[in-house]
Amino acid sequence: MPEFRNVGEVRGLRSAAFGFMVFLYLPIAILILYSFNSGSLVMVWSGFGLNWYAKAFANADIQRAALNSLIVATVATALATVIATLAALVMTRGGPFRGRGASLAMISLPLMVPEIVTAVAMLIVFAGTGLSLGLGNVIIAHVTFCIPFAFMPIRARLEGMDTTLEQASADLYGSDWATFRYVTLPILMPGILAGAMLSFVISLDDFIITMMVAGAGSTTLPVYIYSMIRQGVTPEVNAVSSLLLLASVLLVTLYWLVTRNRDAATA
Amino acid sequence: MIASAQTPALRRFLGLLPALAVIGLFMLVPVAIMALYSFLEANPFGGIVWRFSPEAYVQFLFERDLADNLVFQSGYLIIILRSLGLAVLATILCLIVGFPIAYFIARQPARHRNIWIYLITIPFWTNQLVRTFAWIIILGRNGTIELPFRWLGILGADDTLGLMYTDFAIVIGLIYAFIPIMVLPIYASLEKLDFRLVEASADLYSSTFETFRRVIIPLAKPGIVAGSILVFIPCLGAFIQPDLLGGGKKLMLGSLVQFQFATARNWPFGAAVAMILLAFVVLCLLWYAQAARRAGAQSGALAHA
Amino acid sequence: MRLLVASAVAGLLALSPNAAWSEEKLFLYNWTDYTSPEAIKKFEAETGIKVTIDTYDSNETLLAKLKAGATGYDVIIPSHNFVPILIDEKLVQKYDAKALPNFANVEDRWKNPEWDKNQEYTAPFHWGTTSVAYREDLYGKKLESLGEFFKPGDKAAGRVSVFKTPEEVVNLAHLYLGQKFCNPDPAEMQKVQDLLLAQKPAVNTYSSEGMNDRLINGDSVISTQWNGYALKGRTEGAKSGKIVTYAYPKEGVIGWMDNMMIPATAGNVENAKKFINFMMAPENMALQANFTGYAAGIKGMEAGLNEEMRTAPEINAPADVKIVFSWACDAPSQKLIDKVWTNILK
Repeated sequence: MPEFRNVGEVRGLRSAAFGFMVFLYLPIAILILYSFNSGSLVMVWSGFGLNWYAKAFANADIQRAALNSLIVATVATALATVIATLAALVMTRGGPFRGRGASLAMISLPLMVPEIVTAVAMLIVFAGTGLSLGLGNVIIAHVTFCIPFAFMPIRARLEGMDTTLEQASADLYGSDWATFRYVTLPILMPGILAGAMLSFVISLDDFIITMMVAGAGSTTLPVYIYSMIRQGVTPEVNAVSSLLLLASVLLVTLYWLVTRNRDAATA
Repeated sequence: MIASAQTPALRRFLGLLPALAVIGLFMLVPVAIMALYSFLEANPFGGIVWRFSPEAYVQFLFERDLADNLVFQSGYLIIILRSLGLAVLATILCLIVGFPIAYFIARQPARHRNIWIYLITIPFWTNQLVRTFAWIIILGRNGTIELPFRWLGILGADDTLGLMYTDFAIVIGLIYAFIPIMVLPIYASLEKLDFRLVEASADLYSSTFETFRRVIIPLAKPGIVAGSILVFIPCLGAFIQPDLLGGGKKLMLGSLVQFQFATARNWPFGAAVAMILLAFVVLCLLWYAQAARRAGAQSGALAHA
Repeated sequence: MRLLVASAVAGLLALSPNAAWSEEKLFLYNWTDYTSPEAIKKFEAETGIKVTIDTYDSNETLLAKLKAGATGYDVIIPSHNFVPILIDEKLVQKYDAKALPNFANVEDRWKNPEWDKNQEYTAPFHWGTTSVAYREDLYGKKLESLGEFFKPGDKAAGRVSVFKTPEEVVNLAHLYLGQKFCNPDPAEMQKVQDLLLAQKPAVNTYSSEGMNDRLINGDSVISTQWNGYALKGRTEGAKSGKIVTYAYPKEGVIGWMDNMMIPATAGNVENAKKFINFMMAPENMALQANFTGYAAGIKGMEAGLNEEMRTAPEINAPADVKIVFSWACDAPSQKLIDKVWTNILK
């Protein structure tokens, strides 16, 4: 359908996107560059060196913190996305019902309270109920504040979308599950992906709430980094950040290659 | 008949249960505790004393002079208004920057879209603190932006453009921090855009601008609303950018509440500020929902035509 | 869905520290990079106790967290001014440091300190000072008085950076004005506020991060600083010919000491005592000091110190310098500090 290509085309959009990518990646380029800084300061260059990578590879504490962060972000994202998808389906497809507004307000609640207040209050609840699951406490907290971030894009995706396809499918297959699996879910996918990605980066970066609710042995990477205040943040953090970036780029490349082969096979 | 009438209700209940249970237990209960704390007396070293006191709310607007009289003081109000202004500005700028990008991605071939989404979020796998430090390297004295000026001799050895420690630096930092949160929901709603519709509209309306106004923006609206909420509210509590890029010379709401809980050890006052903020945000959302409902009632007939 | 929930629950249980471990353990709660990995390795090898280090960003966080009911930590390292609060709030337990064999190594001046008069709750860790550091090459002369920091001349205008922690800044102001710390007198606090407000136009940032970065890249000419931090700044600056100097103003500097304490809820008290005793051995504390760049009050540790630590002017203050220790303020004076701070930043 080549004729659609030009419709809605806006001049300069491509260069705007290019400029945006420069804006997005310039700080990242600098962050990576400074991971090779031989000096101990994060903002002053004093020569090339791999010493901070060496230190990061020998530092069991920072590795454990990074691993904790990845575990928390992955589990919290998976749970929050499933929970948010269910809720978004009810909110947009469930028809009008009593308590809809109140439910929506509840789901947005984690956004509205300053983090430090949530942090202290959650800790009081955990301590008061004796709930002590180690990293589990951190995961529970992260699921809670990730739900709105997963919910909003999924709901935005569903809103204003007609249900003709799903009705046709319901007539065709008859089974609700088949309709959901083969029709609704594929339609939802871009929203779910957007929501999951947001949850993941929000969880990966959270510091205040994690700092409070984390029990012994559950230090995450941001907590570790913010606690460097006494001695100063070092380029070791840049090194670990760069390694995380590398891991994520490798994952994406792998995904890209796998799907390309699959597409080529089906073509 | 009765069974089929109950089934959707049951489904609604089961669908919402996980979300409401998690948020109810781990968010509503904590908020209720904080609401209670805001009406208690502060323990001087953190925590509370179990005695009723409206002091936290009084303290928000009044201070006691030496003779213990209440005098109106606007300090905290100014902090709230300043944070509001900054959050509004950052949200609008995020929208202006983010919308074209979301649109651009939605127009890419289907296979490329997911890659673009990854490209938007990958930078945020790094830590926020070092990302902000990178901005100091870019904007600061002898930084990346000043470098060409120095080479050309426009800036002397001890001169600076003075980009750091300004509101400009704060706003740049906030846009950078929140941009993916704006782009992703807009993309999610734009991606369903049927470009045949756009073609039809191009026939109908002569200009691209009209096409945008009448077709694309209305379709993207749920995403714009979602993105704006997700950017605006967290932006109100942002403190890393004001502190590191702005120089922390003016307290923001986020820093104020943080300060009350940690340094000042006045939990009831911190809780009271949080409750005031919460009430304010809820009022804004209610007002928005009301406005949306009214607008929906007016345009509903048109949309279905 | 049920499978998902089941696997999630199983995952949480597996990650829980309460899962059965027969091994002896110690949970240390401290700042990042404030414990020497070498010393920890040695302790683990000597005792067979596995050490887990968790980190916090400030004394305030530590206090808020313990106050809200956090448990599971065996040794914490609060600063001296938080010691009385932790004791009063019953968040820590007595363990009688004097009974530990290596306590004999503690220098006499750090025994029975003001903040723990009978040495029931604490043992000394690092100590240090708070003052200002400056770019001597840009400033052009020696900085001799705190007045040059509070009322900067042309050389430093717009290039002064100040800590974000109100207590430290207000204490420096008290020192300059010749007032006592934790001042309950509104008139004297008014003078502090006037001083800080007059200084504000010359300030580029209120921040407790990146002090050395700003000094070396020239953003700041004068900055509040801790001595160990200043040592690193001098070393880094020297690489590019920039002179970062830690000042000993004539009004004096502020002293502080971090302490090893055991929370009331600690689960491994005996291991905690073993760790505290281990740290008070001179060879171990020397490892620790070489790593962190801060001094410690243990006799005989000089032998283990590296050349830099033995000679650094930041660590070895001149004998005639006045070091004034701060303490935790009571509620009324704390309120005044908060009020002053809010008035400056609002």
